[in-house]
Amino acid sequence: MTSPPTTTSSSAPVLALRSATKSFLGFNALTDVTCELRAGVVHCLIGDNGAGKSTIVQILSGLAQPTSGTIEVEGQVTTFRSPADALRDGIATVYQEQPILPLMSVARNFFLGVEPRKRLGPISWFDSQRANTACMAELSSLGLRRVQDGRQLAGTLSGGEREALVIARAVFLGAKVLILDEPTAALGVKEAGLVLRLVSNARARGIATLLITHNANHAMSIGDEFTVLIHGQVADHFYRGERTQLQLLELMAGGEQLDFLSEP
Amino acid sequence: MALLRRPEAGAVIGTVVVFAFFVGFAGGKGFLGFQGVGNWLGNAAEIGIGALAVGVLIIAGEFDLSMGSVLAVGALTVGLCTGYYHWPLWASIALALALGVIIGLFNGLIVVRTGLHSFLVTLATQFLLYGAMLGFARLLTGQTTLIVTFTGAARVLFAGTWDYFPAEVAWWLGLTALVTWVLSKTVFGNWIYATGGNLRTARMAGVKTAQVKISCFVFTAVASVLVGIIETAQTSTVSVEQGQLYEFEVIIAAVVGGVLMTGGYGSAIGVLFGSLTYGIADLGIFYTGWNTDWFQAFLGGLLLVAVLSNSWLRRKMLSTR
Repeated sequence: MTSPPTTTSSSAPVLALRSATKSFLGFNALTDVTCELRAGVVHCLIGDNGAGKSTIVQILSGLAQPTSGTIEVEGQVTTFRSPADALRDGIATVYQEQPILPLMSVARNFFLGVEPRKRLGPISWFDSQRANTACMAELSSLGLRRVQDGRQLAGTLSGGEREALVIARAVFLGAKVLILDEPTAALGVKEAGLVLRLVSNARARGIATLLITHNANHAMSIGDEFTVLIHGQVADHFYRGERTQLQLLELMAGGEQLDFLSEP
Repeated sequence: MALLRRPEAGAVIGTVVVFAFFVGFAGGKGFLGFQGVGNWLGNAAEIGIGALAVGVLIIAGEFDLSMGSVLAVGALTVGLCTGYYHWPLWASIALALALGVIIGLFNGLIVVRTGLHSFLVTLATQFLLYGAMLGFARLLTGQTTLIVTFTGAARVLFAGTWDYFPAEVAWWLGLTALVTWVLSKTVFGNWIYATGGNLRTARMAGVKTAQVKISCFVFTAVASVLVGIIETAQTSTVSVEQGQLYEFEVIIAAVVGGVLMTGGYGSAIGVLFGSLTYGIADLGIFYTGWNTDWFQAFLGGLLLVAVLSNSWLRRKMLSTR
């Protein structure tokens, strides 16, 4: 293992998976995987399809439990029996399909379940003005500036903007850890840039991020720490600047040389 | 253009078109007279109260096909308790409303707990209730039709008229105002839209989706009972077969009013206009002097046009800013 560079914090990780193995019917989807997420660090989890990335997401978000190994939250061993447990510990998972409500406004989506209220005696109602203003302030501070009006229907947002809305909501609700499952996979270049900028702004606020991707370019452009999975095992773990993009691509291809691509 | 993006846009246009049509063909034949207007407003109100409730339920992502039978439960409870057993009128009315709450809870709890489609659950309730009412009425009274007279304050409240404008119009407009406020201004309204828009998302965001759905089922049942009481107050007769097809009429009015069948979208004002269109078309045909046999065909066509134009409007709304 390489030692962390001095720029990253050396305190206990906000969230850590230690020596985790997950077997399904005798088949090991994960074998002895360790993965640490630190405040203000973007940790990229890279691997080809079937490498075990989704299994790690499931374990860290409470959807599945490891067969062996532990989860630690700020140094304390814990178990997530459900996604609610993970959420309670400040772990927000954003999946590829953005769970927004297209026919509701951006602000109402943003504040769903935690709506600001106005009150007069026993009667309370939705403070839409405060919701609009706060939502717009939050979105623009994270770098989403094309949306001008909180009353705009969320269904009019582009794929990247929807993703950004969900991430911004999680950050606003106080997430300490963001798990982003292939956030840029279905997006165009510009849209992916929007999401990556948002991730970078979240990092600046001290949020720990696990970015799952199979796009080496996106990973190298934003990642601080990298874990490469092959067949459910950690094939490599390194920090920013320790590998070239070509080395990373070769690793992702399962350690095979990609030279044949240039052959006639 | 911004106005066209409102959920009620299609409904308002529909009402204007249908109204203009009947003014053209029946304007001089009493359609626009005080009595005519009072008649079709009353008709619209009777549909409108139920349509409002089922509209909210559809927005929350569920259906209620038991509304016709629950309407009859409301009517029969009053007819049986006061008309046959001579209870005080207010006691029967209170019991009828309580039964509405219980039936709503029954529908809601089964749907929420079992995850069965509300279409099936409430269809079962509908048959259960109609069958049980027929059985009970014959067993207890030997009749299937009862007579009950509303007097005093209850008469004014449920069947009063001001210059041909029946009291039910006030109920309808008042409830529409209340539901408009709940849907657009309250947190609970936000939850209703979210529950029907995407159940999983709503639940994950912390919305109490079960509570939302059950409340909406109670609303449809109580609204049906209210209409049953109003009908009884107006006609003084109660039949165990009352309210048949009401459950479909209110769904038509809600959908013509711009409520999205798949949930998550619609407005109380839209449903008000949908019901108004229904009321105008229903009695308008009578005033033209044409054969009223054509009404159902007209209604079916109206529904189809409304669904097509609403879906077109919605696509437009999501395509551009």
